[in-house]
Amino acid sequence: MGAISLQQVNKAFGETVVIPSIDLEVTDGEFVVFVGPSGCGKSTLLRLIAGLEDVSGGTIKIDGSDATLTPPSKRGLSMVFQSYALYPHMSVRRNIAFPLKMAGLDKDEAMRRVDAAAASLNLTDYLDRRPGQLSGGQRQRVAIGRAIVREPTAFLFDEPLSNLDAALRVNMRLEISELHQQLKTTMIYVTHDQVEAMTLADKIVVLNAGRIEQVGSPLELYREPANLFVAGFIGSPRMNFVSAAAAESHGAHTVGIRPEHLDLSTTAGEWQGKVGVAEHLGSDTFLHVHLDGGGTITARADGEFPVSHGSAIWLTPQADKFHRFDADGNRLP
Amino acid sequence: MATLHSRAAARLMITPAVVLLLGWMLIPLGMTVYFSFLRFNLLAPGTESWTGLTNYYFFLTDPSFWDAIRNTLTLVIGVLLITVTGGVLLALLLDQPIWGQGVARVLVIAPFFVMPTVSALIWKNMFMNPVNGLFAFLAKSVGLQPFDFLGQAPMASIILIVSWQWLPFATLILLTALQSLDTEQLEASEMDGAGPLNRFIYIVAPHLARATTVVILILTIFLLSIFAEILVTTNGGPGTATTNLTYLVYTQSLLQFDVGGGSAGGVVAIILANIVAIFLMRMIGKNLDA
Ligand SMILES: Nc1ncnc2c1ncn2[C@@H]1O[C@H](COP(=O)(O)OP(=O)(O)OP(=O)(O)O)[C@@H](O)[C@H]1O
Ligand SMILES: [Mg+2]
Repeated sequence: MGAISLQQVNKAFGETVVIPSIDLEVTDGEFVVFVGPSGCGKSTLLRLIAGLEDVSGGTIKIDGSDATLTPPSKRGLSMVFQSYALYPHMSVRRNIAFPLKMAGLDKDEAMRRVDAAAASLNLTDYLDRRPGQLSGGQRQRVAIGRAIVREPTAFLFDEPLSNLDAALRVNMRLEISELHQQLKTTMIYVTHDQVEAMTLADKIVVLNAGRIEQVGSPLELYREPANLFVAGFIGSPRMNFVSAAAAESHGAHTVGIRPEHLDLSTTAGEWQGKVGVAEHLGSDTFLHVHLDGGGTITARADGEFPVSHGSAIWLTPQADKFHRFDADGNRLP
Repeated sequence: MATLHSRAAARLMITPAVVLLLGWMLIPLGMTVYFSFLRFNLLAPGTESWTGLTNYYFFLTDPSFWDAIRNTLTLVIGVLLITVTGGVLLALLLDQPIWGQGVARVLVIAPFFVMPTVSALIWKNMFMNPVNGLFAFLAKSVGLQPFDFLGQAPMASIILIVSWQWLPFATLILLTALQSLDTEQLEASEMDGAGPLNRFIYIVAPHLARATTVVILILTIFLLSIFAEILVTTNGGPGTATTNLTYLVYTQSLLQFDVGGGSAGGVVAIILANIVAIFLMRMIGKNLDA
């Protein structure tokens, strides 16, 4: 149930090649997150899996059987769209029941399942409303309800939270995570928000220009990014990169060090600089330090760190936290 | 228009337009109502006199009156059925990504730009004529007896002609509505297991409901007063087979020079049109809110 495998899948729209060639294994019950910058082909890849776009080449296997030419309705997948794509003229109840109705399920059984889904998503009070009379978060839950009632082999989410405000996003993130714990169904989730990716995923797939840069668990990607792109993409604030002299002393073309792996001191250290902007977040302070040797480095300090604009500061990178990259941007062991 | 002051200014400024429109409507309406109570025949000028409701009495008891009502309804309903169904089908077709889509769309809209009299004459003389018409030619070329459309099936022929004229309008409005349908909704329903027919029934048709309502309302208003097509093709005949209310008013007032009777007919037509309008609004107007 729910294993998905892509073999040399590629996609071109006319002349534009959006996805050159992708191999990917998703095992049953896994929560896989696709991340990447805007326009890198995340949605396209998801739509290929859903069957909403035809592949230009390659094979898609769902549950071990070739589904490359299977129409979307026969793949047994459910999708939650970024715009929710609820049916505006149907009540919430009929929206959630729609896939069951299409499957020809008997009315009582369908109503039972709708009620169960609504109860688990806190939608019971809204069952008779139209989507237009719901808030963004409620709509999102209806879309999820519509996806879960038919008990699919896998869920596909395309940036489901990007239309919600920050607080609601955190809430819904937890709910989706809980849903995955409950159902244990495979989920593929597209986002460009790396916090969502880190918190939700069992496995993150980092995409760039239609290519997979790295696949791994959130912590693997954080600890051992395979290349400069992944190193810069995962982690917030982003990793600092230093080339030239400092890098050569470590035997690399470029070295990276995360803001949280720099020890700060107002008296002595390896690199000296002046504090530029200091962003006080309460729990943390992010310092943008202009090094005396040129270049700017972001460093994380605790919330009470006593510096202000223009003060002198010394940074000492923690020796075992360096990431070393060669001239092509690939990780050196 | 938030403040009292600006609201007063706005009222003042739209006054001329409102007065003009009211005059434009009310003066002819008032005159029609006034004439309808007069004995006013153009063959005997200067003898106008007050007759009360006699004109109405004669108009409503005229045997052709009920025929005219029936014909009007047949015409309206027949054309509505054809244009709405045909419009939906054509809109669905034109919405497909086909080669030469732009040209196809222009061609579909084309009949709308042909004047009613001209198109009716073309249909009458070039297509439906039992001797020279294209249909007669086609029938003869496969060895069939040519069919005299306007003689044998006058009402059906007029419905055909009028439908041909109004189909583009319906298609155009429905096509725009169709294009505003969110494709993600269609994709979602596809993933939910809906086939093409179910997608049409549950997603597309409800989305088109509002546009269809607009088409029906507007078309009804125009179809209640179809005149030119009847005048140049059948002259309301044979007998009263194609006389609708508008045409009856015309025969009364102009062919019989009876301005009073014609005006009474006109007032009756206005009242009937309003009844139909209220009825329609009640029935389908709720699609327009929300
Ligand atoms: N139907 C199409 N025809 C041509 N090009 C397309 C089509 N759909 C997508 N593309 C192109 O494919 C590329 C990937 O698009 P895609 O929607 O997958 O990006 P994405 O990673 O989902 O971005 P975002 O995070 O902004 O949603 C883009 O450059 C886009 O312009
Ligand atoms: Mg996208």
